[in-house]
Amino acid sequence: MSDSFDLVVIGGGPAGLAAAVQACEFGLSVALVDEQPEPGGQIYRVVERAEAEGRARGLGDDYRRGLDLVNAFRACGATHFASHQVWQVESDGRVFTSDGTTSRQIDGKRVLVAVGAMERPVPVRGWTLPGVMTVGAAQILHKSIDLLPEPEVWIAGSGPLLLHFAAEVVEAGARIAGILDTTRSSISRAFMAHGTGALRGWRYLAKGLGYLRKIRMANIRRVTGVEAVEAKGDSQIDRVRWRVGSHWEEAPAKGLLLHEGIIPNTHMTMSLGCAHVWDAHQQCFRPLTDAYGATDVGMIAVAGDCGGIGGARVAECRGRLAALGIAAALGCITDEERDHRSEPVRREFDTHDAIRNFLDALYAPAPELLAPPDDVVVCRCEGVTAGRIREAVALGCRGPNQVKSFTRCGMGPCQGRMCGPAVTGTIAAALDTLPGTVGSFRVRPPLKPLRLGELAALGDGESAE
Amino acid sequence: MPFIQDGSMFQKPPERSDAILVEVEGRSVLVPRGASAAAAALIAGLPSTRTSPATGEARAPYCMMGVCFECLLIIDDESSQQGCMITVRPGMRIRRQEGAREL
Repeated sequence: MSDSFDLVVIGGGPAGLAAAVQACEFGLSVALVDEQPEPGGQIYRVVERAEAEGRARGLGDDYRRGLDLVNAFRACGATHFASHQVWQVESDGRVFTSDGTTSRQIDGKRVLVAVGAMERPVPVRGWTLPGVMTVGAAQILHKSIDLLPEPEVWIAGSGPLLLHFAAEVVEAGARIAGILDTTRSSISRAFMAHGTGALRGWRYLAKGLGYLRKIRMANIRRVTGVEAVEAKGDSQIDRVRWRVGSHWEEAPAKGLLLHEGIIPNTHMTMSLGCAHVWDAHQQCFRPLTDAYGATDVGMIAVAGDCGGIGGARVAECRGRLAALGIAAALGCITDEERDHRSEPVRREFDTHDAIRNFLDALYAPAPELLAPPDDVVVCRCEGVTAGRIREAVALGCRGPNQVKSFTRCGMGPCQGRMCGPAVTGTIAAALDTLPGTVGSFRVRPPLKPLRLGELAALGDGESAE
Repeated sequence: MPFIQDGSMFQKPPERSDAILVEVEGRSVLVPRGASAAAAALIAGLPSTRTSPATGEARAPYCMMGVCFECLLIIDDESSQQGCMITVRPGMRIRRQEGAREL
């Protein structure tokens, strides 16, 4: 099967939805491909159903706001390919998807990659044990099916999402065992460096302080200054250990939820050969773009957190800006109209982006997350430790692709999504150079494992035409 | 006993009239509509959902958003299914995957 559109948007989060709505307004034919059954992305996940079930209000005003965006998208006239995983994108605008049984080719004059963020992998001792998950995973379960953790579950790490989720659990009338806070900076220190931005983004600051207050009021134990966390157990977590200074403590645990911030999902833009840079503030790779999200690969633009972490509201603005850029590139509007219409969007963008430097400074990840101790498993799929990566470097490996062929690190089903940051970081630290110099895994097709039957179905459709 | 829940790290989900009955490791489990197969395995309280073909260690869902591939399950006799990306259907049979996929 093959379809053609002016614009193919990949991803149904705030950036993708806003871009689709804006592009339709200019008369572009738009397809939005999303791996989720319902629009909203992870941030507004199943917001329509949560509203219908009367749960959206309890998940907060920020979440419920996603309804407006989803409603606008439903009404905009874009073709929605829901539950479609994208397994390949070509630089000429061809997008290949699968719904689990059948593959489909969707052609775009332009392709907007709006695939969002993923949680930064947290390679610590015991992180592969059953019962260790991410905070984001638990939040997805809460948003989508109203699941809440048992009170013997711990949360460990750092970042706004962690506090948000802990407050959300309390708000829902549940409890967690405690928070092991690994934040290394402090609000006052980050404020000294980025006070102007923090003041401009005071609403976000107030929200964060509100979460902390809620957690404190509920008497949830919060251990600050945590420098190391470990999950213990034989075939399942039963204890958590942590270190503050030189003092180790241990407690029983039915589960452990880890979170160390989010990073752009760059798998797709890397496979397309888009130029990426190492972002020293956010400690991650991101694609290089112009002010409208266009990459150096002609037909490909990016919007939202996959282009650098900015949060939901910034993602929405970036989606609209990308649509403006694409509409002008396709001749639907003039460059003057694009620039004119961008002005209010950029003002909105600046308002929501003002807090970012403060947040990046406050929640900077510990160096051990990017270059873990020797005995820590970095590649979950193949069971490769940081020590084996260092051995490969000692044998002369200078980059992730060499390390991959020496150790099998990054060869499993996740295709290096989980180990990539620590592989780059470990090599960089061992060679005493910058992650940007070391580079990242070369991403090979398909982007998602595919059964031969799904691929064959594509051929059937083509020959029938 | 539609809900099992021996050792789940999650509380029993609120019972709703539109819940869906699935089979996890041969046992009937009632899960909320819209749950993923991986969520059903978590609700069922399975101590682990697969063993790693590389190391033999027990593993369970980690990211729940399609990134980590730890939630590979056998769903309706089809192996290596990404459990967090598949929504449950009534009567869906969900099983643990031991080691490498069955070809």
